[in-house]
Amino acid sequence: MLILRYAIYRFATMLLTLLVVSVLVFVIINLPPGDYLSNQIAELRASGQEAGVAKAEFLRKEYALDRALWEQYMIWVGFMPGPNGFSGLIQGNFGWSFEFDQPVSEIVGESLWLTVLVNLAAVLFVYIVALPLGVLAAAKSKTWIDYTSAFVGYLGLATPNFLLALILFYYGHKYFNLPIGGLMDPAYEGQPMGWDKARSILIHLIVPTFVIGTSGASAMMQRLRANMLDELGKPYVETAIAKGMSPSRMLAKYPLRVAFNPFVADIGNLLPAMVSGSVLVSVVLGLQTIGPTLLTALKTQDQFLSAFVLMFVALLTLMGTMISDVLLVLLDPRIRYEGRDA
Amino acid sequence: MPPLLSVENLSIGFGKGEAVVRDVSFALNPGETLALVGESGSGKTVTCRAVLRILPRVAQIRSGRISLHTGGKTLDLTGLSERRMRDVRGNQVSMIFQEPMRSLSPLHRIGNQVSEVLWLHRGASDSDAKRQVLDTFERVGFPDPERAFRSYPFELSGGMRQRAMIAMAMVAKPDLLIADEPTTALDVTTQAQVLGLIKDLQRETGMGLILVTHDLGVVANMAEQVVVMHRGAVMESGAAEAVLRAPAHPYTKQLFNAAPSIPAEASPAPPLDKEDLILELKHVSKTYTMRAGSAWRPDIQIHACRGIDLKLPRGKTLAIVGESGSGKTTAARIALGAEPPDPGGEVLFRPDPNRDAVTVHAMTRAQRTAFQREAQMVFQDPYSSLSPRMRVLDALTEPLEIHGIGTRAERRDRAAAMLQQVGLSGDMLQRYPHAFSGGQRQRLSIARAMMLDPSLIVCDEPTSALDVSVQEQILTLLEDIRDRMGLSYLFISHDLAVVARIADEVAVMRQGLVVEQAPPDTLFYNPKHPYTKALIAAQPTPDIDRPIDLKLVALGAGAPESWPDAFRFSQTVIPSLTELEPGHKVRCNV
Repeated sequence: MLILRYAIYRFATMLLTLLVVSVLVFVIINLPPGDYLSNQIAELRASGQEAGVAKAEFLRKEYALDRALWEQYMIWVGFMPGPNGFSGLIQGNFGWSFEFDQPVSEIVGESLWLTVLVNLAAVLFVYIVALPLGVLAAAKSKTWIDYTSAFVGYLGLATPNFLLALILFYYGHKYFNLPIGGLMDPAYEGQPMGWDKARSILIHLIVPTFVIGTSGASAMMQRLRANMLDELGKPYVETAIAKGMSPSRMLAKYPLRVAFNPFVADIGNLLPAMVSGSVLVSVVLGLQTIGPTLLTALKTQDQFLSAFVLMFVALLTLMGTMISDVLLVLLDPRIRYEGRDA
Repeated sequence: MPPLLSVENLSIGFGKGEAVVRDVSFALNPGETLALVGESGSGKTVTCRAVLRILPRVAQIRSGRISLHTGGKTLDLTGLSERRMRDVRGNQVSMIFQEPMRSLSPLHRIGNQVSEVLWLHRGASDSDAKRQVLDTFERVGFPDPERAFRSYPFELSGGMRQRAMIAMAMVAKPDLLIADEPTTALDVTTQAQVLGLIKDLQRETGMGLILVTHDLGVVANMAEQVVVMHRGAVMESGAAEAVLRAPAHPYTKQLFNAAPSIPAEASPAPPLDKEDLILELKHVSKTYTMRAGSAWRPDIQIHACRGIDLKLPRGKTLAIVGESGSGKTTAARIALGAEPPDPGGEVLFRPDPNRDAVTVHAMTRAQRTAFQREAQMVFQDPYSSLSPRMRVLDALTEPLEIHGIGTRAERRDRAAAMLQQVGLSGDMLQRYPHAFSGGQRQRLSIARAMMLDPSLIVCDEPTSALDVSVQEQILTLLEDIRDRMGLSYLFISHDLAVVARIADEVAVMRQGLVVEQAPPDTLFYNPKHPYTKALIAAQPTPDIDRPIDLKLVALGAGAPESWPDAFRFSQTVIPSLTELEPGHKVRCNV
């Protein structure tokens, strides 16, 4: 019951935060002078293409870019009727991309879900790799196991992702016949989801997951190792040994449970770091994720497209922190019982 | 009959360094208690951990044998494989640790942690284990075993946690229990009850007990055999009675002389002359509000101090004694102006007998600066109250710098002179605190407090983190500079025996109230209040003829609602502090 109430409360604060983020995103995008259309109009005027100017002027009206900034914001979110009535983010209209001359929803469409997929795979990879290695490195600290895993970890941290991507592509293709680039066989692009398509996506996921996840995994592993080492020196560990527990059982039951907290709390930070950090990787690997789109949109001041992508990343972050907060409350009685009468 | 445990010529070393335990031998018979006595660094803890082989990874047993004789078999604990050793731990030999706060996992329920022993060694089912654990909980004195079973450690008090630890150690009915300073972190009345409990359990089960302690008073109450250790070697060993009545080794004698104790016989002292007061607390109360965190529940009011009136005459020492949570530290913080009292309370400070007193909590900026020069503090923990990144010179001269006193050279000379005053050498100025022992650090803290030439020093448990022999030296130093420089002390302590020697007047606090107040000798001669009686009775003295009187402890240490009618108080009805004889006040209904 307590958990449910907390989850609801946490969800409400998330929505509030999202609202604040939307204001920030909108203001920041509009900070540089000019917008996509006024730049275009100036360009068209200079080259004497008056016909294009008329269309651009029409778009300006259509998307209320001629109004005051706060009105533009209200219309964009959908709090205020625009030229076409209520039609903003909350009504499901993500706006128009001037650069691609298409609705934003069509441009991001599939890549939205592929982004989520790639990053979830990477997060999973981070946890699956970091958990056993971190615990092992702590339990066998100052032995060759510890040193080797630290060395490999630092190597993973220090290697630029795109370089790692290229190396993996080369050798992956040479020895395992892994596909190069993209997130699916080109034949399946634009096709409805099916068994074969899913399989193709999975195979294509291997290298990107590895590339995006490596640095995160080695950082996480080092953090877990440090936390575990702190816990291993605590008296309750000694108590457990004095009870006659075997080392593996003792490790899993006591220090790991305590060292797990920061591990869980990191979920929130991992997601956005990966989305923004994987832009370069996506460009190099030719992944149809949202990263490259964001890059183009920001460069060309394509405001609705970039605002939407930024909002999406913010949403991922907030959901990540919400999930980790709720998990923490489930895991740690000290947090759960806070504010309850002693 | 062979002894239950015999340790022969045990030597233990860390890495390649010199051995920290050298050639230690002792034997323990079934049902007996052996006390391992020594100060920090004596190797007593390492020795007892070697029995269970739970030493730090860098430590190795270099030579010697530890053998356990049980059930007609002899186990060589030094040679046993790690896997076989696991069957011994928690099963035949179990252990209680010093810090009940940190020795239990914060994330697992008490019931789970205790049942685990039975799961491991008896293969007990959940329901079977639970039944046995509940029995043990009842035996160790949990009022509501079911509830304790479901509790997390942070929901229990320190004494209750130590009971849970004892239950964990006892649930598998071991042949040998090792208790490593089991009561050092507890209040003195709780200590008495926990020691009594261990003794009862031992009588019931007939197990052997190794008690590691630094407190000869605890030894006198518990042990049949004593082993005194110093720097890794045994100084003296033998029957407790013989050693305690006539210690032979000079080191044992030194420990004896240093052990603070309440005098066996006291005569009433004349009341303290209260004409020239340096500090006066008038009707000081402090209420903290704990937010309930919900709009539906009322906030909780915590009364840390309730109507405290204290007078400290110039050049004297006033001690406030009480257990943790009694409000003694809050009172000291208010006296120093670190916290404001509730409205209506007042603290008056008179640095000069010929001038008017200033009100500590209504000072101008200039008055406050002057006050800070006059009133200084010595803290409890010498390890965390000195910045590890500041040289001794910087730590000592900083107060002078803040108040803009003297030139660099003058400050430096003063710091060097002050080091000599506290018994250190002037050429230590360039060192960092880590190069000093605990006692030396406390000397540094005292030197720092003395730098501004104050007239009042508040000492907050200045010796409770120190070994007994060091404690003795620090107390001597404090007395010495008080008399030499005409200082006045407000001395906070949980230990009546420490206070017995340094204080001119003692105020005993319980739940934010002063329950009894008198010169220490009067207090020991004629304690009136049940709580004071409990404190005196619970104090372990290194005298085998004066055992702890658990009945008196139980009478006074319980909740104030359980006291006799004349003394009882509740949230609403509180008897007033009445002067029964000159200079002796007791909170009671006459």
